[in-house]
Amino acid sequence: MREAVIYTEKLTKRFGDFTAVDHISFEVGAGEIFGFLGANGAGKTTAMRILCGLSRPTSGKGTVAGFDIYRQSEEIKKHIGYMSQKFSLYEDLKVWENMRLFGGIYGMSSRQIGEKTETILKELGFADERNTMVRKLPLGWKQKLAFSVSIFHEPKIVFLDEPTGGVDPVTRRQFWELIYQAANRGITVFVTTHYMDEAEYCGRISIMVDGRIEALDSPAALRQQFRAANMEDVFQQLARKAVRKVD
Amino acid sequence: MLRFLLEKEFKQLLRNAFIPRLILFMPVMILLVLPWAANQEIRDLRLSVVDNDHSTFSGRLIRKAVASGYFRLADVSASDEEALQAVESGKADIILNIEPGFETNLVREGAAKVMVSANAVNSMKGGLGSYYLSSILNDYAVELRKEAGLQAGGKIAPVITLASQGRFNPHLDYKVFMIPALVVMLLTILGGFLPALNIVGEKETGTIEQINVTPVNKFVFILAKLIPYWVTGFVVLTICILIAAGGYGLVPKGNLAVLYLFAAIYVLSVSGLGLVISNHSNTLQQAMFVMWFFTLIFVLMSGLFTPITSMPDWAQAITAINPLRYFVEVMRMIYLKGSSLSDLLPHLLVLAAFALFCSLWAVLSYRKNS
Repeated sequence: MREAVIYTEKLTKRFGDFTAVDHISFEVGAGEIFGFLGANGAGKTTAMRILCGLSRPTSGKGTVAGFDIYRQSEEIKKHIGYMSQKFSLYEDLKVWENMRLFGGIYGMSSRQIGEKTETILKELGFADERNTMVRKLPLGWKQKLAFSVSIFHEPKIVFLDEPTGGVDPVTRRQFWELIYQAANRGITVFVTTHYMDEAEYCGRISIMVDGRIEALDSPAALRQQFRAANMEDVFQQLARKAVRKVD
Repeated sequence: MLRFLLEKEFKQLLRNAFIPRLILFMPVMILLVLPWAANQEIRDLRLSVVDNDHSTFSGRLIRKAVASGYFRLADVSASDEEALQAVESGKADIILNIEPGFETNLVREGAAKVMVSANAVNSMKGGLGSYYLSSILNDYAVELRKEAGLQAGGKIAPVITLASQGRFNPHLDYKVFMIPALVVMLLTILGGFLPALNIVGEKETGTIEQINVTPVNKFVFILAKLIPYWVTGFVVLTICILIAAGGYGLVPKGNLAVLYLFAAIYVLSVSGLGLVISNHSNTLQQAMFVMWFFTLIFVLMSGLFTPITSMPDWAQAITAINPLRYFVEVMRMIYLKGSSLSDLLPHLLVLAAFALFCSLWAVLSYRKNS
């Protein structure tokens, strides 16, 4: 495997006596598209938030982009992008203003931001929406915008938490094209999803059950291992073992 | 980085449908209405008279009380019981009971009795009412004594009269006393509540998450939150100064620049406190209630409405950690006494310490991870 950009060893997060993430160990190589699967409440979002420096782990080791998750979370943040499950760009700012804000926070100059904004608006076919208030965009467009903003500063790794939730199939398709474009530029993609067809698009996937990683390999290898026709079946076999109640 | 964050904060502030209007409208309303309403002068007390004498002297006393402007003749009763009923039914506030033979006693013995009873449910009103009425009685006694002396052609008994002069507010206008303090209240409400609702608002919409995952510096982020409210404070103060001058003819006797300096420092401390509360709250409601709690206590214990010197010692000790108290004093000193920066140096140091403490606390309480 290529050089690991994400590395964890027995990473654990407890909230009181509830273990949300239970000793997970895995590596993600540079440039990979890594699918992070699991039922609702399996601990995906918690694990992702730890890797992004939003949440401190209880125990275990981990590095992201070569920086320690305990001591260097602010360094990590310079090299990653993050798109949360809930849309979290500023709805009361215009499309270009959101890009300018985040570009600026990551230390880009006004000129760099201007050029990059043009490129992205053209790529997304958003040129006419430059001055639209984000609040007024339809959900599918908001998701594409959120993704573009998360990789605006060309990070090493981008974390996507259910980026296509609630989006129509056509837009999902376009969204994955954007993900591939980013991966081709060398950005490592760490993505959670509930759609099993999307799992097939990933290079490797892990499946989490009750806070633990129960399977980790390429989609083809997993199908073989579980003697399943498709990923849906693999997921069902594993998810059925879950004892943790959702919500 | 600060520039981009400031652009964002100002755009959001100005695009808000409500807040810019609030910033303009609230000072105007409060300064035009409250100085008249929040007034502790007692006027138009309803007087009930029980005149058991019906003489020239008793009639003169009643006219004198009514002519003072503090009392309005609301009820004339035949007996004390009847007058009490008038008080109980809310028709009268204070009873003046003149004994039978008031005039005769005065003329023959040089002394007579009247009884003053006030409804003291509102102790302030009752106390001041009986005080005013007894001063009127005193005055009347002096008047009568002079007349008697002149008639007798003899020597007038010595009487001491007190001439008092109100320095700095010669007409003892309560409005002049209240306006500078109301400005402080406005800066506290606008400079405190808006930041208190800001960060927690970003928590509720989820946008704070997108910020927390960036390498944004905590200090810069909080500074970008503080500066817009700082500017808001200047706008509010300017509106207030204009209304005070235009509406009440009240211009600061002291230096305007000193006034702005103090306001700048003061707004930093309340905005800092607002951000601290916002950082520790999870919902807008929670932030609102906590900020409301602090504002209420700060205002009531600041000497804004009631003098600090008449508070019990323990309460006076608490006011020492109330930034509002210092700023209320400063505003009144600059506005009414014309104090200079060197007179106000101790206040400056205390307020600067508050501003530094609250802003630092705001930075430290802002957490980018949990």
